[in-house]
Amino acid sequence: MDNEHTTVVVGASLAGMHAARTLRTEGHAGRIVVLDADPHTPYDKPPLSKQVLSEGWPAEKLTLPAATEDLDLELRLGVRATGLDLDRQVVSVEEGDDVSFDTLVLATGASARWIPGTQGVEGVHVVRSLDDAMTLRAELEKGPSRVVVVGAGFIGAEVAASARGLDLDVTLIEALPVPLERVLGREMGEVCARVHQEHGVDVRLGVGVDHFDTEPTAGGGSKVTAVVLADGTSVPCEVVVVGIGVSVNTGWLEGSGLTLDDGVVCDETLLAAPGVVACGDIARYPSARFGQMLRVEHWEHAIQGGEAAARRLVADARGEAPARFDPVPWFWSDQYDRKIQLAGRPAPDDEVRVVHGSTEELRFVALYGREGRTVGVLGMNRPRHVVQLRRLVEEGASFDIALERAAEL
Amino acid sequence: MRVVVDYDLCESNAVCMGIAPEIFEVRDDDFLYVLNETPPESERAKVEEAVQRCPKQAISIED
Repeated sequence: MDNEHTTVVVGASLAGMHAARTLRTEGHAGRIVVLDADPHTPYDKPPLSKQVLSEGWPAEKLTLPAATEDLDLELRLGVRATGLDLDRQVVSVEEGDDVSFDTLVLATGASARWIPGTQGVEGVHVVRSLDDAMTLRAELEKGPSRVVVVGAGFIGAEVAASARGLDLDVTLIEALPVPLERVLGREMGEVCARVHQEHGVDVRLGVGVDHFDTEPTAGGGSKVTAVVLADGTSVPCEVVVVGIGVSVNTGWLEGSGLTLDDGVVCDETLLAAPGVVACGDIARYPSARFGQMLRVEHWEHAIQGGEAAARRLVADARGEAPARFDPVPWFWSDQYDRKIQLAGRPAPDDEVRVVHGSTEELRFVALYGREGRTVGVLGMNRPRHVVQLRRLVEEGASFDIALERAAEL
Repeated sequence: MRVVVDYDLCESNAVCMGIAPEIFEVRDDDFLYVLNETPPESERAKVEEAVQRCPKQAISIED
């Protein structure tokens, strides 16, 4: 990757910026061009649903370190990639000339999903970008009579907690009977629901949204006045936050020849095509550890993926054998004074054992076992145990041994 | 090399402890303790990884 070699990184969030940083620190001498449709200095996203809303953190506090390090990156922000031509080795952009590359990193991430027909209705929000979070914060500061959060996944849960932190009345709506059941299983999902109930959130489970009631605004638009549930109940509110998941930003890659399947399909080294790697939320890769194709949306996974994708390109250039990418996914979620951490990939029907503390006091650590193997560790305000027990998931330790080791901690 | 933690930012995610348990330790009071504030140069790569991986950007190195 000499002076003549150009790498284009599409996506300047966590994965893309860490890929760019790693390319440079691994000796990439040529141009590294980083494009992103978002016009803001590359920023960290976890605080968007937390400190930005509840503590009013300013944008400067979110800047990613790689954006200010002396890495000689050509950051082109506010530039949306619209297409990829692998034969000509160019990325086309919304305005301006095509961007040529020798090697390419795909890291365009994901976008929040809206309930169809509600985008643009005043008072209805998603939280994914800095602009999203700042707009929502401005509305929360006005002191709305009630905030309705649709979806009790981690983003919805964090937004509910942040709004309660501002002393606002909050209703949390989840279509499933138990939130997070597919991620944590029924028992632990119920524990997570209880956290909100104990903090005064009006939690409605097992009921979907039918529609939003709106009224016209002076500007010719409309604004939300209530959320009407599938059972006919109406919840009057001034603010709605929709947290029903994300869709991957791969539309610009359609017709490029890359294999797309809810993400960019890569091999076990994150290679999507010769000289083209993917990382972060859009990368779908085969995990030998879990015996399935994985696409992971966690924070540290984006860093690890960005680094691994960069090293994949570097290995090619050096003629070295590429490394397999297969870390144990993990993430954390801060809600009220609780820190939830999950490592591994539990399934709803795994065996769950609380090995420290108790779910009653909302301070515990639990292990997940499947077919005699340890597949996950969940902690609530038990960071030390989670980190120590995560090793057992990494090692694929037998569940019996993990239970013994946990008892020794 | 001196390891500096900004405790106003630290949220005890214990990521650093996972990377370098001989330097960082989160105890049962949920606070992070730096066991060795001046680790040897041989530990630099690990400490730099902890700096990069800290979700709160709370760790820095002073040379």
